Amino acid sequence: MLTYILRRIGLAGLMLFGLVCLTFVIANIAPSDPAALAAGPDAGRSQIENLRREYGLDRPLHEQFVRYVTDLVQLEFGRSVATGRAVGTDLARYFPATLELCLVAMAIGLLFGVPLGIVSALHKDGPIDHVTRIFAVSGVALPPFWFGLLLQLAFAAWLGWLPTSGRLSVFTEPMEPITGLLLVDSLLAGNGSLFLEAASYIALPALVLSFPCLAQILRVNRSEMVEALRADYIVAARAHGVRQRRIVVVHALKNAMLPTLAIIGLRWGWMMSSTVLVETVFDWPGTGLYAVSSAIAGDFKPVMGVTLIVGLNFMIANLIVDLLYGVLDPRLRSA
Amino acid sequence: MTAPLLEIRDYRLAFDTFDGTLHVLDGIDMAVAPGETLGIVGETGCGKSVLARSILRLNPMPPARVVSGEIRFRGADVLALPPADIRRLRGAAVAMVFQDPATYLNPLLTVATQMEDAIRGQDAAKGGPVRRRAAARDVAAELLAAVGLPEPRRLLASYPHQLSGGMRQRVLIAMALVGDPSLLVADEPTTALDVTVQAQVLALIASLVRERGLTLILISHDLGVVSASCARVAVMYAGTVVEEAPTGPLLERPLHPYSQGLIAAVPDLDRPEVRPKGIPGSIPSLLDPPSGCRFHPRCERATERCMVEKPLLRELLPGRRVACHHATAGDSPQ
Amino acid sequence: MTDVPASVAAEVAQRRGGAARRWRLAAWLIGRSFASMLGLVLVAGIVGLALLGPWIVPYPEHVIGQVNLGDKLKPPSMANWFGTDEVGNDILTRIIVGARLSLLVGVGITFAAAAIGVPLGILAGTAGGRLRETIMRFTDLFLSVPGLVLAIALVAALGPGIGNAMIALILVWWPGYVRLSESKALAIREEPYIEAARVSGASRFRILWRHVLPNAISPLIVKMSMDIGQAILAVASLGFIGLGAKPPTPEWGAMISIARGYLPDYWWYAVFPGLFIYLSVLGFNLLGDGLRDILDPRSHRT
Repeated sequence: MLTYILRRIGLAGLMLFGLVCLTFVIANIAPSDPAALAAGPDAGRSQIENLRREYGLDRPLHEQFVRYVTDLVQLEFGRSVATGRAVGTDLARYFPATLELCLVAMAIGLLFGVPLGIVSALHKDGPIDHVTRIFAVSGVALPPFWFGLLLQLAFAAWLGWLPTSGRLSVFTEPMEPITGLLLVDSLLAGNGSLFLEAASYIALPALVLSFPCLAQILRVNRSEMVEALRADYIVAARAHGVRQRRIVVVHALKNAMLPTLAIIGLRWGWMMSSTVLVETVFDWPGTGLYAVSSAIAGDFKPVMGVTLIVGLNFMIANLIVDLLYGVLDPRLRSA
Repeated sequence: MTAPLLEIRDYRLAFDTFDGTLHVLDGIDMAVAPGETLGIVGETGCGKSVLARSILRLNPMPPARVVSGEIRFRGADVLALPPADIRRLRGAAVAMVFQDPATYLNPLLTVATQMEDAIRGQDAAKGGPVRRRAAARDVAAELLAAVGLPEPRRLLASYPHQLSGGMRQRVLIAMALVGDPSLLVADEPTTALDVTVQAQVLALIASLVRERGLTLILISHDLGVVSASCARVAVMYAGTVVEEAPTGPLLERPLHPYSQGLIAAVPDLDRPEVRPKGIPGSIPSLLDPPSGCRFHPRCERATERCMVEKPLLRELLPGRRVACHHATAGDSPQ
Repeated sequence: MTDVPASVAAEVAQRRGGAARRWRLAAWLIGRSFASMLGLVLVAGIVGLALLGPWIVPYPEHVIGQVNLGDKLKPPSMANWFGTDEVGNDILTRIIVGARLSLLVGVGITFAAAAIGVPLGILAGTAGGRLRETIMRFTDLFLSVPGLVLAIALVAALGPGIGNAMIALILVWWPGYVRLSESKALAIREEPYIEAARVSGASRFRILWRHVLPNAISPLIVKMSMDIGQAILAVASLGFIGLGAKPPTPEWGAMISIARGYLPDYWWYAVFPGLFIYLSVLGFNLLGDGLRDILDPRSHRT
């Protein structure tokens, strides 16, 4: 087990280094000159040259790379032209919002996807199964930004039940972040009304973000449950008189959860990337919105920072999934 | 003969598939008395496993569909029992041992969890108090010891993949004993095992039958396995029982042409000069089984009658029943 | 087929084969499944719109973006089924013309990605050793950043626009094909009949051509069908956030991007282009799902 964990962590470390290389390469294929961009449109030639020297852009590539890596190790991502702050500072401010959004969305996906998958599998080819299937296929096809606009129209503009966008009302005094996750922080502070307000603001974007995830968890869980329920060991469990509920919820589900877990890892990355769209629609102050507004402005450093953070996050998620695999599957543990 | 423990009458089972309906079992008649040991032999695909699973209603429906017949256990029709009663039957009255212990044990649960679940599930089915996990675990350990497994406590904590094939099969047998059943149905219990382990497992089953007074139905494609463990044998072909007889007389003097072929196909180690003979032709399609006697396309003695009229099991000699129009009491092998 | 005991499955397998029977099976599977039929109809509809677009639009002069402020932001009516946009163009006309762009871009991205990924994957799967390790590690690297984020980073580097968006999405998409074809090639490498072919002296190229490719083709077609839908969605997404096609190009995502500013009063402007994105992605997904049933007999569930 220990070697399994160490191997996984080692692989993740290797990937992280690869990711750093990838962002460096992307940064260097950029036709735009970062020095010219930073200097602004009115800067003279000598000014740009000075900046080039200051950024080390006149050095050979391998020296630039070493400098890039040493900067990253010190969490130095460069400076955002638009906000004027260090990208690291911006990321620290925006990332918790994105994380909160994704966590809530994933929770919705799991809470509804897994049970619905079980129910569909138990009623295979029945009416429930058909309904969930249509639901599942449309979930993957639904453009998140469009679905978000539709929900805004319905629940915010027409029904007026939920706020349109943002993370909190502009009139609400924001609290000093503890974890950065508003739902958690408001509970820690014992502020119930703030919690409810935060929940009402996160509801729509989290729903939009969770929808494709929910759909895919449902589908995978359903087909894996169908498969597991037909397995020989289930026939044996039934023959030995194990209770039906125990067979479904423990004997079959445990086997079905292994592939479902793999999907959850993949979907986490997908979710992180969909935040770009969902945060744009809902003006959610997270890394997605930050990346989009920076990319449109041609502000390159923040985009790279977000790429790194999202990639790192995806890696950690996959590492957690790998470790959970080890917990769930005894064959892996002893291998 | 006393009242049979298990009685199957005119049981027909079909599977609905894309290609059409498979007539897997076609009019099975069979009776097993308490304490009896019955072997069922036949080639792969003759429907013996499906028949075994029918006793506990373990075939998935759909695609399986009961066409006709009844399966009576202690007089009650298993096919008509409400689900709650079926659950009381499973494990507690009728227990099964399966073919490949590697696939019939849940890979993600410890032996302890699987045995405890069986013990507690049967408690619940009886409607009485459900034993606590610790108590169930004690019972499980005793059962593992009873099937000759050393260090049962350590075994309980292990996962199936950590055990050898023979150990896994012993674990499955121990699980079958959980409810102190009266009928044990063993479906090819030795097929997936090494030859040396096969003998041990068969010996174990035989001793359990003796000590616990179990009634045994042993299913195998291997005549040798069946003849070593069972007093009586039923031979199945393409979803029908073609012959039923006490083991000794059947081996000496099979009456049905298919049984004769089956026995002639077994090499005789005492007479190596006699080459084993195969049966010409191949197993018929169950989608569109031959009319009349299902064996007639491969039978040397087939006549027009065999193509039209399905032969029923009839008692030719005391205790010997054959489903063949041409078999006579004076038939001798070869 | 796992519902059915091994004996029965063997029986069915024995009867498998025969071209006529396979066609019958395919027809049965498509006909049986409402979902696959729907997918086929939707895809046929999109392809039809893309082919016939310029000839069937109600207002051809609105394609380029004629300014007609007198008719701006009119709700759906008999004259303008889907209403008009902020400069008075017929939204239906612009959606129909947009179908060609979306389909071309979706198909283009998918085929380009497959053209890069499949040879690399088969090479990795059959070559093994250090070459395979290098290719696969490189592939993993691209897969380590979730798709859209990587695409945005690339577009940010290359500069916005539909052409660069396509390049970025191709760069994001190819690793999936390497993974798929590598696993197929690897699985087949272990098969006894490949062993037999190798022993009997067949060249590597011949083995690839005769054995590996045909076996990888079914899952490849399924993946490509699904990916065309996803690529259409991705291009529209980039258009929506302002990094893809630029207005007044009649691109569905870019249209919604503008339309967003006119919500909630002029809801039709955003709703109808989105509906078409949804229906095309849905169509390709359903079709891919149906094709999987037909092309991969192992996935049959009776």
